[in-house]
Amino acid sequence: MSSTGAYPGTWAHALVKVSPYTFSAIGIAIAIGVSVLGAAWGIYITGSSLIGAAIKAPRITSKNLISVIFCEAVAIYGVIVAIILQTKLESVPQSQIYEPESLRAGYAIFASGIIVGFANLVCGVCVGIIGSSCALSDAQNSTLFVKILVIEIFGSALGLFGVIVGIIMSAQATWPAKA
Amino acid sequence: MYGFEALTFNVDGGYLEAIVRGHRAGLLTASDYNNLCQCENLDDIKMHLSATEYGSYLQNEPSPLHTTTIVEKCTLKLVDEYKHMLCQATEPLSTFLEYITYGHMIDNVVLIVTGTLHERDVHELLEKCHPLGMFDSIATLAVAQNMRELYRLVLVDTPLAPYFSECITSEDLDDMNIEIMRNTLYKAYLEDFYRFCQKLGGATSEIMSDLLSFEADRRAVNITINSIGTELTRDDRRKLYSNFGLLYPYGHEELAVCEDIDQVRGVMEKYPPYQSIFAKMSYGESQMLDKAFYEEEVKRLCLAFEQQFHYAVFFAYMRLREQEIRNLMWISECVAQNQKSRVHDSVVFIF
Repeated sequence: MSSTGAYPGTWAHALVKVSPYTFSAIGIAIAIGVSVLGAAWGIYITGSSLIGAAIKAPRITSKNLISVIFCEAVAIYGVIVAIILQTKLESVPQSQIYEPESLRAGYAIFASGIIVGFANLVCGVCVGIIGSSCALSDAQNSTLFVKILVIEIFGSALGLFGVIVGIIMSAQATWPAKA
Repeated sequence: MYGFEALTFNVDGGYLEAIVRGHRAGLLTASDYNNLCQCENLDDIKMHLSATEYGSYLQNEPSPLHTTTIVEKCTLKLVDEYKHMLCQATEPLSTFLEYITYGHMIDNVVLIVTGTLHERDVHELLEKCHPLGMFDSIATLAVAQNMRELYRLVLVDTPLAPYFSECITSEDLDDMNIEIMRNTLYKAYLEDFYRFCQKLGGATSEIMSDLLSFEADRRAVNITINSIGTELTRDDRRKLYSNFGLLYPYGHEELAVCEDIDQVRGVMEKYPPYQSIFAKMSYGESQMLDKAFYEEEVKRLCLAFEQQFHYAVFFAYMRLREQEIRNLMWISECVAQNQKSRVHDSVVFIF
């Protein structure tokens, strides 16, 4: 039985033998990769409607770029968290790689990456769809813009929740002290 | 998957949907119609229209204007917008846009065949055809003597070919047969369009099903009313009804045996959406029925714009624009013939 209590030959044993470095690296990749996916998704949804609507109503272009900026902010959250996470990644001596403390740190970075990545994915899509409807409504009736913007602000708060929790999780990532 | 179209619709259709919504904002409002209804002559109408989006199309027309010129230029604007959208569209939106014009193609085919029967000149007929329904070999329709030749020579290469399987006979063309041919073709077209929309799924299929069902039911009522007192047998009448819609199949059974308008009213009042239409007319009157149907259609078409990320907005826009052109034609005719009191008989306000 290994130090984490799993019997050799079981799936649990295979899982705890995956290096914590792997989990950390995947977490960091997901943090930035999936956030950018969400931001790009939102920007294309908003952008195509904005361009089409601006042909008949050119006045909407400058105001509705706010929707695109909200989507872009989602990608920036992903970059920030990825940079923070990579500073948390430390090397531990060979003998301590599979210690429970190491695994905990690896899992913390992985979880933080998933939290931020997927929260930003749905936030980007949400803000993008609302931004598309905002552009089309603004083209018809300019009093609607500010009201729909409030909905967008609530939508973009979702990404912020993900970032906050992700950063709190990453503070848990303490690798074992070198013996 | 219904409900998740917002995620991927804008890849191919976002730009065109935004454009068609921009066009919709340019439809004439009730205040525009009120201004037009108070015009004294056609030049006044031209002046009022120059302030709307039709301005650039009408400004180069010399006075004196004719009503046909106004209608032609307005139709030209619709055709330009349609062609712009069609050339930007990808599949399946491009197929959907083409389906919208097949109804006009059928009308054009029937126009030329009827005109040839009454020995009119082909070029004169071609000028009267609706521009959205033109296809390359349309002029050769004048040569055909019966339906089989019609199909073999001309129509087999057009998109209307699959609709002909039910009405190829070797009888010579006469007025009655041509009307039956028109309705049979239109029935096949509506059913094909309905199946296509069902295949698309999502919000498109739901909204288009509603709009096409209303169209099918309206045609069923019109066929019934127009064939009262003619030689059309009940079975032939039943064959002309489409096999979808609110009235299918029980309403069709009852409509097929109707012999006057009050019986039709009795059948239709069993269906709540149509009860309100028929309640607007007093007994024995059928002139207002067309306008009542148009008003109901306009109401449903405007509702199609309430949802985003589907194709039915394109269909709704084309239909609303055609209704607007009908309104303009009626107003121009009333003004030109100095009968402004009858203007509100047939104008359907869109907003």
